[in-house]
Amino acid sequence: MNPQSLISSFHPANNPDTLASHERAEIDASTRFPVLLFFASAIFWLLIGSLLGLISAWKMTHPGLFDQMAWLTFGRLRPAHLNTVIYGWASAAGIGVGVWLMARLCRVPLLHSKLLISAAIFWNLGVLVGVMGILAGDSRSIEWLEFPGYATPILFIAYAFIGIWAIIMFRFRRPGHVYVSQWYLFAAFLWFPWLYATANILLVWQPIQGSAQGAVNWWFAHNVLGLWFTPIGLASAYYMIPKVIGRPIHSYYLSILGFWSLALFYSWNGMHHLIGGPFPAWMVSASVVASIMMFIPVVTVAINHHMTMRGHFGALKWSPTLRFTVFGAMTYTVVSLQGSSMAIPSLNTLTHFTDYTIGHAHLGLYGFFSMMMFGAMYYIVPRLTGWEWPSANAIRWHFWLVAVGILLMVVSLSIGGILQGLAQFDPQVSFRSSLDYATPFRWIRGLSGFLLLGGHVVFAALFTLMLLKVGRQKEGPALFAAPVKPEAAPL
Amino acid sequence: MNKLPLLFLGVFITFASSWLGLVAYPYLTLGNMQPLPDEDTGGYFPPSQSGLAVAGQRVYAANGCVYCHSQQVRLAPLSTDIAKGLGPRQTVARDYLRAQPVFLGTMRTGPDLTNIGARQPDQNWHHKHLYEPQTVTDWSIMPSFRYLYKMQKIQGQPSADAIQGLAGPHAPAPGFEVVPSDDAKALVAYLISLKRNYPLPESPEPPAN
Repeated sequence: MNPQSLISSFHPANNPDTLASHERAEIDASTRFPVLLFFASAIFWLLIGSLLGLISAWKMTHPGLFDQMAWLTFGRLRPAHLNTVIYGWASAAGIGVGVWLMARLCRVPLLHSKLLISAAIFWNLGVLVGVMGILAGDSRSIEWLEFPGYATPILFIAYAFIGIWAIIMFRFRRPGHVYVSQWYLFAAFLWFPWLYATANILLVWQPIQGSAQGAVNWWFAHNVLGLWFTPIGLASAYYMIPKVIGRPIHSYYLSILGFWSLALFYSWNGMHHLIGGPFPAWMVSASVVASIMMFIPVVTVAINHHMTMRGHFGALKWSPTLRFTVFGAMTYTVVSLQGSSMAIPSLNTLTHFTDYTIGHAHLGLYGFFSMMMFGAMYYIVPRLTGWEWPSANAIRWHFWLVAVGILLMVVSLSIGGILQGLAQFDPQVSFRSSLDYATPFRWIRGLSGFLLLGGHVVFAALFTLMLLKVGRQKEGPALFAAPVKPEAAPL
Repeated sequence: MNKLPLLFLGVFITFASSWLGLVAYPYLTLGNMQPLPDEDTGGYFPPSQSGLAVAGQRVYAANGCVYCHSQQVRLAPLSTDIAKGLGPRQTVARDYLRAQPVFLGTMRTGPDLTNIGARQPDQNWHHKHLYEPQTVTDWSIMPSFRYLYKMQKIQGQPSADAIQGLAGPHAPAPGFEVVPSDDAKALVAYLISLKRNYPLPESPEPPAN
């Protein structure tokens, strides 16, 4: 096979075994119920999670807010917010998108949808029990693993179903090319149960001794981001960008390099959360090196996506899917390079214990991953419901509210965090100063929360209208403007 | 890349490498570390904790103190933690043998608590601070933990464990007193137990300058 035919076979649309439109419709129909179930619950948890986050944010400037109620104390709200958005929103949205992509790319109607429906039910039960447990005071305060020991087995059952389903789908796919998105999804669906089982056994059910807990904790927490959310987000970008602009991915070889370097380096990143801490030096050093090496997968993917988009940026004007996805893809590059820089020990000691880290986490999970999920949902939901998004204007509101909201949040937390860090670092400066520097920026962050929540309310309303099929049936997709046929790409 | 076994193998091996390095290795080494016997007293470093302090760890976890308070004194001169007075020496793996769970923390919205028991050994100070933080430090943004305390009418003699010197807006009216719940007592016992002022050969105190 010569490289040219390999590249042209790479894009699903150019594949010799490309699906006829009725086959696509049949596959989409087979995914309808489980995928919509995951989406609906994800959006529900997104609203709850945003509200919990908003109250937590305002508690930083108003410590007296609801302070007579144990279940609303900051130390319970914050983990409730984090776990709601991680497990309730982001994971469920990611699974929904992943399931739909798997069925499309395996080119077979969804097999064993009962497995997925059970997974969705267990999943939401697990999140509900877990969040209630945290608010009731059963959290163990292990970051990203706060769900009490009685909630996590429920989630694990759900994950196991999904992993088994993914293997079956992959096994019974229609022969032909395996698209890059499938590598990422396949890997993510295998890594997660392993990750989650290890961390729960060693930290929640039979806690190990001493500072080894810290190592396992951050190996887990960073890999949830790196080996669960990141591959799903990238799988979505690798599918949506070529789909919307109708052009194959720039380079097959860059895709391979990006995938394997991510698998190797990301999994070693966790210890950069523990620089200067009570661990053997080699462990921390290995993670710092792996974090810097993340430049390779990140830059590779950035070049690949950029070169694919080149000459087609005009499509951002009309396609909601593309606008969210490209925002997410660009943020992925920025947040990953920022993350690598934060692993440099001298910078890390300055910013580690400050709001700067909080800003970074939101840029990754929201600016990259959540935006990617919004983009994918704008593409997928009409294909499942057979209904078009009722209002392009509402989608526009959604985009601008959350785009401005997240940038405002990250910029304010980053500036406040650096000032806070400088004050924490200088032995001549009092502890109080580190608070005083951060406070005005925390106010801005609190305001940004309203923008995000507002955007989510708009999105939830749109999604509900889609499910109920309200309004008159639209003839074409809801676009921001009439699509412009792109000029020949200057390649 | 059309071969499922190859993909599976690669995905497995890359991940297994970090599992061995960052999970199995610390589990086998740090997870089996022992306290150091103290020949002078027959005790151990780190010293064993009282049952009340162990129970206090659970209260600390349940109310999420770790989201604002770290418990680690990092390496010098990479960090200035020692110069900032967080502790006399860097904290090392052995310091955390009795912690369950280990509250290393990722934020310093509030001060580090590695040595809070040495800085503030007074029980009443801690109770007063947890009950109404702003009357102890007026610029503090710590929330009140009033829900761990009970306001009650004084029956005859005031209770021995009632908090002394409350003066803020939630101070008891004349004839009333504020007493700590079992959780509050456990939490304070735990906080006072946080002292890393014993010597460990692997973490010598840097000379004062």
